[in-house]
Amino acid sequence: MTANPVEANPNTAPAPALVVRGLTRSFGRVRALRGVDFTLASGEALAVFGPNGAGKTTLLRILAGLLGAEKGEVIVAGEMLARGDVRHRRRIGMISHHSLLYDGLSARENLEFYARLYGLADRRGTAQRALVSVGLEERAGSPVVTYSRGMVQRLAIARALLHDPEIVLLDEPFTGLDQQAAATLRSLLGRLREERRTLVLVTHNLDEGLELATHVAIQVAGRFVECGLRSGDTASYRARYAQATAGA
Amino acid sequence: MPSTFAAAWAIAAKDLLLEFRSRTAFLSSLVFTALVLAIFNFARDPTAVSTTDIAPGILWVTFTFAGLLGLNRAFALERENHALDGLLLSPASRTALYLGKVVANLVFVAAIEAVALPLFALFFNMPLLPVLVPLAGVIALATVGFVVVGTLMSAIAVNTRFAELMLPVLMLPFLMPPITGAVQVTSRLFGGRPFSEVSAWLKLLVAYDIVFIVLCVLIFEHILDE
Amino acid sequence: MTAIERAERMLRRSSFFMALGLVLMVAVYVRALRFTPVEATQGPAQKIYYIHPPSAWVAFLAFGIVGVCSLLYLFLKDPRLDRLAASSAEVGVVFTTVVLITGPIWAKPIWGTWWTWDARLTSTLFLWFVYFGYLVLRSAVPEPGRRARYSAVLGILGSLLVPFIHVSVLLFRTLHPKAVFLNPEGPGLPGPMLATLLFSLGVFTLFFFGLVTHRYAQATVVDARAAAEADDAR
Repeated sequence: MTANPVEANPNTAPAPALVVRGLTRSFGRVRALRGVDFTLASGEALAVFGPNGAGKTTLLRILAGLLGAEKGEVIVAGEMLARGDVRHRRRIGMISHHSLLYDGLSARENLEFYARLYGLADRRGTAQRALVSVGLEERAGSPVVTYSRGMVQRLAIARALLHDPEIVLLDEPFTGLDQQAAATLRSLLGRLREERRTLVLVTHNLDEGLELATHVAIQVAGRFVECGLRSGDTASYRARYAQATAGA
Repeated sequence: MPSTFAAAWAIAAKDLLLEFRSRTAFLSSLVFTALVLAIFNFARDPTAVSTTDIAPGILWVTFTFAGLLGLNRAFALERENHALDGLLLSPASRTALYLGKVVANLVFVAAIEAVALPLFALFFNMPLLPVLVPLAGVIALATVGFVVVGTLMSAIAVNTRFAELMLPVLMLPFLMPPITGAVQVTSRLFGGRPFSEVSAWLKLLVAYDIVFIVLCVLIFEHILDE
Repeated sequence: MTAIERAERMLRRSSFFMALGLVLMVAVYVRALRFTPVEATQGPAQKIYYIHPPSAWVAFLAFGIVGVCSLLYLFLKDPRLDRLAASSAEVGVVFTTVVLITGPIWAKPIWGTWWTWDARLTSTLFLWFVYFGYLVLRSAVPEPGRRARYSAVLGILGSLLVPFIHVSVLLFRTLHPKAVFLNPEGPGLPGPMLATLLFSLGVFTLFFFGLVTHRYAQATVVDARAAAEADDAR
């Protein structure tokens, strides 16, 4: 099902932040993605709901440039995302349920390392600001292995946003978080929305993504069975989701 | 955007920092090396065979074992928390990642060799000082060949079942030329033989290094290209 | 014709070639044993010579195919190249094993020892190890795309390794009789023996291609069936 959630005035609209067309990808006999399309304008947030095995992570990894697509294209800010293209990597940040951090290093060391990799000027300053923004400046010198799950998630977010990406991809970010940590994460994500970053959030938990999203898609067995502006309340989405996943 | 070398250096420095912090892998490899050397002392009959005859073989088998232990850590450490994804998301090229890992591995293996060599001289009563410089040269040549290929193999092996077994099985045929060359040159160095006898072996070592450095650098990205 | 039907036709044709090769093999042995003179110094044991060098030739040819397919695969990403490389490797390792078995069988009555570290046998031994690594790696990676990539990398590296191993062994020492029929003064082998050897070489090569095509066709059928299943499951 093709989706086109952008309703901006064609005269003044800039190039959409993210355009995805016919994305297809298999792993041997497993068809993870069978043609996914959507368009997101800058500042919009797409929440993709789907059961395990729907191909949501595959979709995100292709957007992040970690996987190649067999067919289809991804266009970031008007430029095609080609294999091995490093320009886009500065525009995209990814928050996963894995922290992508080194347990043996401290928070500050982790951030300064990534600042080096992204070629950021003033590594110290950038890292410090990032630590303050997620409230970790006090424990910044301790090795990450001593952190609680919530602290690790906050640091992972700091790492993902270090290079100030326009597009932020989130892969089941609420996994394993307790109430308090989840609340912190929600407020951080709210801040991302305020900063007008483009978000794509992937999750199997309706409650997590719905309040954040401007657009909602339901992915089942590699395809979007529904995609459009968020309309209706949580209950109606729950019903549609249940219907979509039951039929699969 | 950082240059390839800057990114490689950052990755190598990060690896070495992590290694230095935990020290477990390094110390275990050192102790393992000492053990292997000690066992070799009993794996021979000192009355039947002179030490000088088998010493080069002992040295290089020991270096090989110690090196194989060290190679696995390079990519194993990126599995924790899926840190490799973080590296692949960054603008650092795959080549930078490979070179960074090679440099880190070289430092690690060189550090072990730096301890193993005096220990070897001690245990087997081999006078190394007169030939120290050429010996260091041939050790460097063989180690570079070994680490360049081994780092690439470890990137492959880390994603397979039985990774610790897969790496030696894949690696050992590739070690035959550098180790053979290294042992021959080392043997002639210990025996005080003239340079002309070893020039062919040295050319082999250099050729091997050049061919495989170029090949591995070119081919590495295909391993991570999903 | 569907993909499966095409693959099955290939399988039938390659079976024919294999059978032809097998028949010709028998012909070679008959000629070698009955119609070729016995060699003066080495005696009847020398007859194994008609198996040993042809097998070695095929063993290295097979790995050459693996190397070329591996290189092409990295550029073209065509799964057929991967299938061909794998088939060639499976058949090649068998011929390599034959070389390593016939070598000692020949060596023992001639030189008195089962194993000699001469240049060619040693290179073949290491070739066997490289094949083994290649096949073991393939079995340890379940996902086909990744398996093809890793195998291709190993195939290329292995192909470049083999000449280095050969040079290393040559520098080390050699005991192997020289390639008698490549002697520039003229063939060192008397006429009938040379003829049998060349005949054997040709037959082995034909048999090799028959086996590889057959194995490749088998793999194609398996993949085509799996793809059809996946399609139906939609």
